[in-house]
Amino acid sequence: MRVALFVTCVNDAVYPSTGIATVGLLERLGVEVDFPRAQTCCGQPQFNTGYRAQAEPLVRRTARAFAGYEYIVTPSGSCAAMVRDHYPAFGESALGPRTYELTEFVVDVLGVTDVGAWFPYTVTYHPSCHGLRNLRLGDRPRRLLQAVRGLELRELPGAEECCGFGGTFAVKNAEVSLAMGRDKIRNAAGTGAAVLCGADNSCLMHLGGIIRRQDAPLRPLHIAEILGATEEHPYAQEP
Amino acid sequence: MSRTHLGMPSFPPFPEAAGAAVHNATLRANLRHATHTIRDRRAVAVAELADWDRLREAGRQIKDHTLRHLDRYLEQLESAVTAAGGTVHWAADADDANRIVADLVKATGEREVVKVKSMATQEIGLNEALAAEGVSVYETDLAELIVQLGDDRPSHILVPAIHRNRGEIRDIFRAEMGNWGRAARDGLTDDPADLAEAARLHLREKFLRARVAVSGANFMVAETGTLIVFESEGNGRMCLTLPETLISVVGIEKTVPTWRDLEVFLQTLPRSSTAERMNPYTSMWTGTTDGDGPRAFHLVLLDNGRTEVLADATGRQALRCIRCSACLNVCPVYERAGGHAYGSVYPGPIGAILTPQLRGIQSEIDASLPYASTLCGACYEVCPVAIDIPEVLLHLREGVAAQGGKGHRMEKAAITAAGWVLNRPGALAAGEKLLTATRALHPKSPPGAGAWTGGRELPELPARSFRDWWRRNRR
Repeated sequence: MRVALFVTCVNDAVYPSTGIATVGLLERLGVEVDFPRAQTCCGQPQFNTGYRAQAEPLVRRTARAFAGYEYIVTPSGSCAAMVRDHYPAFGESALGPRTYELTEFVVDVLGVTDVGAWFPYTVTYHPSCHGLRNLRLGDRPRRLLQAVRGLELRELPGAEECCGFGGTFAVKNAEVSLAMGRDKIRNAAGTGAAVLCGADNSCLMHLGGIIRRQDAPLRPLHIAEILGATEEHPYAQEP
Repeated sequence: MSRTHLGMPSFPPFPEAAGAAVHNATLRANLRHATHTIRDRRAVAVAELADWDRLREAGRQIKDHTLRHLDRYLEQLESAVTAAGGTVHWAADADDANRIVADLVKATGEREVVKVKSMATQEIGLNEALAAEGVSVYETDLAELIVQLGDDRPSHILVPAIHRNRGEIRDIFRAEMGNWGRAARDGLTDDPADLAEAARLHLREKFLRARVAVSGANFMVAETGTLIVFESEGNGRMCLTLPETLISVVGIEKTVPTWRDLEVFLQTLPRSSTAERMNPYTSMWTGTTDGDGPRAFHLVLLDNGRTEVLADATGRQALRCIRCSACLNVCPVYERAGGHAYGSVYPGPIGAILTPQLRGIQSEIDASLPYASTLCGACYEVCPVAIDIPEVLLHLREGVAAQGGKGHRMEKAAITAAGWVLNRPGALAAGEKLLTATRALHPKSPPGAGAWTGGRELPELPARSFRDWWRRNRR
């Protein structure tokens, strides 16, 4: 099976390790991964801020870049939701049904919940809103994490509450955004977990920024990097 | 677009007001406790119904059908109310409605009115308008009473005093009840039963004396001319039955075609709002009846911007709203900002899409409301009439961005510049290389990043981009 990796602009520029882990995980599961280099940004930041006209060329570019692929896989629930829920309004309806968020692809298309990963740390999982409510990922990410050897999953209180990122909301309404993020981190730290795992690095960028400012004992980490880690190739930095 | 006022003076933009409210520890604690309590109870009450999704869809369809044929149903309603002995008045805007009500009250010769809790009358600023005409207005809903006695503003659609705790309420009762009527007894405590008793004694005096009442309505049935009020305290029942004259001010979108349609909302409204299986006091009246209840009934049908909302194909779904407040109780932004930050009688997610449509997006507060959301979607999920609030927020943001007001010109320039790069993968790769190569030189808080770095670190940039890694390792 051959898939196109839709890495997302945030992962490309800021979190390449998530993209690399996604490639490693998919290849380990027997999938051939391609990276269409015409891809840049899906247009969500522009669209969500009210700049539909500025989003449009990026929507067209993304649709063209992935046009030939049967499966498009992305390590971002939010970008997958943009393609699935909002591209039809631009007349680009073909991409949505072929676009999968990573955990959705692994569980639903590959039919795998035990990906053979090894990650001997305590983890709590924050389900980002677009994965939770737009894509309806449900317990797929948690099922994948529960099957990871050595991993102890701690339930996150108030897991379904937004972390406060919200794209440009994080700067337009910085005070409320920070208040939401601090509450999320307090709940995560309260579980005693060493790792705060998510499936959207934009949310983790916001939470991670607060964690570093507070010097809180938590490492934000994308789920691809946990699922990508094995005993032969363990996660590089100890949380 | 026109600009109807929603009964409030000018307010600072949302980020400023919300940013201040976030640091009020008492407010945060009050809101967190209250919203989480109602949120959890609602989830239990909704989960009891196996056909909730179908009820929600039925509610959506009834409302959409009615709005599509609103002209016809309003005329049917007018005929039915008139035939049942009521009088219908049409108010194009707030000033119209206030003048009609003031004239009706003055014609009775009375100088006092009791009120049933009503969003429409708050929207038009009726209390202030009547006070200016020398008419005393007494709110009789417990929470509205607390707001009125405290010279305060409501901060929630269903629980207007949600921002107050019982200690604060006791202090307001002690200090103010005597100035408005029967004083609270000496030694009043903050025990809920004690507070309720004080309110009961204070209000009973008003109910028994009042000869004119003003209400809103949750629904109006076009086929029979029946109005329906949902309430929990019995104060509404008193106001709707004891006075001689009843004046109801109701938004035109509150119409439903038939009695049968109420079956859906009698289930979804109580469970969504107060998490009750059945509403405690549901008052229904049709015109007037000799020897029973008010002898004169006036219905003031309020437009106040609604017809223009109806003309917007995406925005009109906001008119489905049945004012249950489920979206407020589940909203993480409302929970931290509180209702006052929204600068309108309609706060929370529904306020963020209703207020800018009713008032327009010219003022700073109104232009900021569509951005008062992370688009987390919790509001849409709980809405009993399936208003896709994030969709309408995005739609309104387009209007604000196109208007190009304060801050949006710079933003547009930045987004356009970024778009140029993002539409050229070669330029993007070069830019990424430049950024990663110079990462050791980046300041911790670059100019213009203050809104991010005020409470957060910027992410550390990697040694190379993913694109670069792929080129070296896979191709």
